[in-house]
Amino acid sequence: MSLTITLATAGRILAQLRHDRRTLALLVGVPSVLMILLRYVIDDPASFDRLGPTLLGIFPFIVMFMVTSITTQRERATGTLERLMAGPLGRFDLLLGYALAFGAVAAAQVAVVLAISLTWLGLEVAGSVWLLVLVAVLDSLLGMALGLFFSAFARTEFQAVQFMPAVVLPQSLLCGLVVPRDAMASWLERLSDVMPLSYAVEAMQEVARTGDVTGVLVRDILIVAGCAVLALVLGAATLRRRTP
Amino acid sequence: MMNLPGPAIAVRDLRVVRGGAEVLHGLTFEVPRGQVTGLLGPSGCGKTTLIRSIVGVQIVTSGEVTVLGEPAGGPALRRKIGYSTQSAAIYRDLTVLENLRYFAAVLGAGKDDAERVLEEVGLAGAGRQLAGSLSGGQLGRASLAVALLGSPELLVLDEPTVGLDPVLRQDLWGLFQSLAERGVTLVVSSHVMDEAARCQRLIILREGEILADGSPDGLRERAGTTDLEEAFLRLVKEKAERVR
Repeated sequence: MSLTITLATAGRILAQLRHDRRTLALLVGVPSVLMILLRYVIDDPASFDRLGPTLLGIFPFIVMFMVTSITTQRERATGTLERLMAGPLGRFDLLLGYALAFGAVAAAQVAVVLAISLTWLGLEVAGSVWLLVLVAVLDSLLGMALGLFFSAFARTEFQAVQFMPAVVLPQSLLCGLVVPRDAMASWLERLSDVMPLSYAVEAMQEVARTGDVTGVLVRDILIVAGCAVLALVLGAATLRRRTP
Repeated sequence: MMNLPGPAIAVRDLRVVRGGAEVLHGLTFEVPRGQVTGLLGPSGCGKTTLIRSIVGVQIVTSGEVTVLGEPAGGPALRRKIGYSTQSAAIYRDLTVLENLRYFAAVLGAGKDDAERVLEEVGLAGAGRQLAGSLSGGQLGRASLAVALLGSPELLVLDEPTVGLDPVLRQDLWGLFQSLAERGVTLVVSSHVMDEAARCQRLIILREGEILADGSPDGLRERAGTTDLEEAFLRLVKEKAERVR
């Protein structure tokens, strides 16, 4: 592993985004617009206080999953990954470079959505705003790592896009956004117990509910961080120097 | 560099199976140091698979590939080999200079190395252009420039002159010769027989086997013709008769 290569990789990915202003605008703008829509669709401050933080947990996850799976698929298809793998770059240099760059983008995304939600939309959060940002960034890293992992199974960008609903929507349905988890059929609740997004959303709700750092919150943060690390290791396993 | 012992590349009984079919059927040859060796043959003959085996990114079924005295793909080789794939492996959404600076950082090459290689491939004026806006020929040269970064001992170039006009082609072959004079070993693949005359050494592949291995003059002599294209045809015919 090399810090120089990791930082150069993160810088390269951010430079790619800088040239692609439209993607950057969509990354930051779409979650904000959706949050504004949600606020006025519900039109009830108490319900918005419950659902808002849930959405804050889901957005970075979805967006980073999609961006990473397509970017990595493109690196495989254009041969830049093969070129890098023939050189001195280690796979964790590449992964950490991605994590740094997309983590920064996710933080910016959450900061904008949060700023709009807390001021204009009147979202009430009992706990620390920094904890919300921390959980959101961990969540985006989880999405990134899973995106990287699943991109290995996509031969084309078209397939890579299809993985988004396949991986993300079941988790979004079961994470407590639509129906609280303990109100679901027991087999669905058990299914949601093994999905990392459930814990990200629960952590968001804890921060919104109380100013205390509860045991549940700490456990949820550890689970999300653990899943992100596990997914990164799985993602690393799909980056091979030698291919058939 | 010139007086190091042993050949630059030694391949012994190399077999590679791709997609269930054997594409290289036990190749054995050596590539001397400080020369331009041409790897010629029709499309689909196994040139790219052989090149990937030399660079160490191909899973080989059996046989040995030794590069600069080490097993192909070894960690010590990763800074010593410049590799350029058939399709331009560079980031389309970065400028040419941004691409070169990133790959230079990965290789640990000096900061002004990017400008140097840009000059060498004749793209000095296009450094600030987005790679995606280049013409096919310019894109190929930008990708070649990446392979020249860090002044590698061995350059492995897969069809670097495809789609170039005759003047540019001549310029690039001039560059290859001058690199060889400085002691760099080059392996250059092509499916155009008239490029063979510019190599000091030829390895001609057909259907995953070596059809001929020697100097262009030796090949002409063996086939009894001055035209290399005609020589290729005669060798194919000769082999077919031998098999019968």
